[in-house]
Amino acid sequence: MRRNRSRTRAWAVVSLLIGALFASSAWPGAASAADPIKIGFGMALTGGLAANGKAALIAMQLWEADVNKKGGLLGRPVQLVYYDDQTKGATVPGIYTKLLDVDKVHFVVSGYGTNLIAPAMPIVMERKLVFPALFGLANNEKHNYSGYFQIMPAGPRPAIDWTGTYLEVAARQTPKPQTLALVGADAEYPHNALAGIRENAKRLGFKVVYDSTYPPNTVDFTPIVRVIKAQNPDVVFVASYPPDSAGMVLAAHEVGLQPKMFGGGMVGLQFAALLTKLGPKLNGIVNYDFWVPEPTLKFSGIEDFLKRYQAQAEKAGVDPLGHYLPPWAYAYLQVLGQAIEGTKSLDQQKVADYVRTQEHDTIVGKVKFGANGEWATSRVLQVQFQGIETTDIAQFHKAGKRVVVWPEQYKSGKLIYPYSSAMK
Amino acid sequence: MVWLDLLLNALAAGILLGGFYAAVSLGIALAFGLLDIVNIAHPVFVMLGSYVAYGMNARFGFDPILTGLLFTPVFYALGVLLYRVYYVSFERKGAESLRGLVFFFGVLFIVEVSLLLAFGVDYRMVEARYIGETFQIGPVGIAFRLLVPCVVGVALTGALYLFLSRTFYGRAIQAVAQDSFALRLMGANPFRVKGIAFGLAIATAALAGALLIMIGPVEPAMNREYIGRVFAVAVLGGMGSIGGTLVAAIIVGVAESLTSTFYGPSWGVAVSFGVLLLALAVRPSGLFGR
Repeated sequence: MRRNRSRTRAWAVVSLLIGALFASSAWPGAASAADPIKIGFGMALTGGLAANGKAALIAMQLWEADVNKKGGLLGRPVQLVYYDDQTKGATVPGIYTKLLDVDKVHFVVSGYGTNLIAPAMPIVMERKLVFPALFGLANNEKHNYSGYFQIMPAGPRPAIDWTGTYLEVAARQTPKPQTLALVGADAEYPHNALAGIRENAKRLGFKVVYDSTYPPNTVDFTPIVRVIKAQNPDVVFVASYPPDSAGMVLAAHEVGLQPKMFGGGMVGLQFAALLTKLGPKLNGIVNYDFWVPEPTLKFSGIEDFLKRYQAQAEKAGVDPLGHYLPPWAYAYLQVLGQAIEGTKSLDQQKVADYVRTQEHDTIVGKVKFGANGEWATSRVLQVQFQGIETTDIAQFHKAGKRVVVWPEQYKSGKLIYPYSSAMK
Repeated sequence: MVWLDLLLNALAAGILLGGFYAAVSLGIALAFGLLDIVNIAHPVFVMLGSYVAYGMNARFGFDPILTGLLFTPVFYALGVLLYRVYYVSFERKGAESLRGLVFFFGVLFIVEVSLLLAFGVDYRMVEARYIGETFQIGPVGIAFRLLVPCVVGVALTGALYLFLSRTFYGRAIQAVAQDSFALRLMGANPFRVKGIAFGLAIATAALAGALLIMIGPVEPAMNREYIGRVFAVAVLGGMGSIGGTLVAAIIVGVAESLTSTFYGPSWGVAVSFGVLLLALAVRPSGLFGR
């Protein structure tokens, strides 16, 4: 009896050991299935671009939450790993090296802006990584790296296509305007934009009568605007950052600058902070944009996304509208997520091939990349501010205040031409 | 004729800009010029003034100038307190030169980050009826957005000048800049006098900030763009010369405006700093320095 009991005990111990062995051999698999897929990036959370960087981060965290709610990617949760790049290019190589070597992220995506994408390029190219990028102008022009994908819809020739649409709109007016004034800040984006518009001016037969840049810390824009006015150009193209955009709009009103078309590449006129302060002074300006709440741009999921973003934005002290960057920050992760699911793989090459060859359904519409990683066709919008009577933010949530006048496919209204007619 | 119009307008714009530069630089002229305190955090207090003006404008609809005036005593108290910390930690121990500089760097970052946490990183502007309005004097257009800061800047300079030259404490501040030991022999407390002067320097930032946000949108990190310019104005005017600060600010403003109009805006800042170098080569103590 005693012998039987000890034999039973022995069997029980052996069974437990075998069970434990199976469990331990099965454990690594079970652990890796539960391990998150890590996506790393640097983002401008302080410094000059922090207003946009923080807004982008909210959008990216919304994507992370949405994906995890649906069970993650390949059955694994998704985890964003990020560091503040302080809007300094010098911090970017260190951040991406740490993400890859210490945090062991599976994928990296870019931070916000041309100047912060550029320093990450050598690292991602050396390690042959897929690299979805957020709003950089012509970052891949010199590298032609096959893993680079730019979510900003500038088009296959970004520097040229970006500004070309503004002059295309001008060139279609009757009689066709002839002269053009160009002005922009002494910085990376305005330089690229001005280079692009010079080529477009040549192509479309505009005569450039003023072409100048100003230092980024310029306080008073009235002398610049006065000189432009003295040249009496038909069209004025401005490539400026937010404080300069506000300065230019105010100075144009104070000096009485009334060309036939005014605007083009003014960053900041997409954000609530400036829209609600400049109010009716914006009427008539034609400026680039990527998404506005017009009926022609109601893509699936965008309204729900904006509702959730706007609920968080005010608390975070970032753009309460969120029309400019946040949808695209959500979309570039959507593209990456769809490629991981589509290939059922974490292999960089396979994912890159998938991103390049497939069309992606996102909250900013269908996205198709060309050979150089830019959008296959440009979708830079030209919108005209119309009928703004107050500085109330509510009006910018609705259609009709930023009317899409280009391209034809997304046109939501008619251009009021010349500028002076739309100012009223 | 067009050329003459441009010239007159450039001169007017330069003078208006100069008045504003004077308001921003007065605090440096007091702290750096008279007290020998390298307060590189001064522009961040100007930014703090901007955000106070923004907060009062957005919440209660207060005019930015009114807010600037209302908060001047608060900024004064803040300046006195800051000087006490600086004095106890550095000046009393004779360690003010390098460590003091690091201290003000620290203050700059603390105030900047506090603004980031309190107001976020978005650009902020104020609303006032006169912003965007203009009037003409012959061919010269004057924008209220620039005229108001200029008038306030000139008035602030005048008030400070009168205070320093006509009052006991004003003269004591000038005396402490020359010989604090001699001042002590006269029965005045140099620590107290310096505290008042530093308080006044920070108090000017309340108004200067209100003027800055009236001209254009601000964000917390913008203060660093002004560090070079305000020190240049204070040095060009002559260390500690209040009237000289106004003259130097107008010279810088006019130089920027004329260059911008006739040679291209890119050269504006370079020319104004060129003027500074040239002036210092001829008069190393600044235009009105002793």
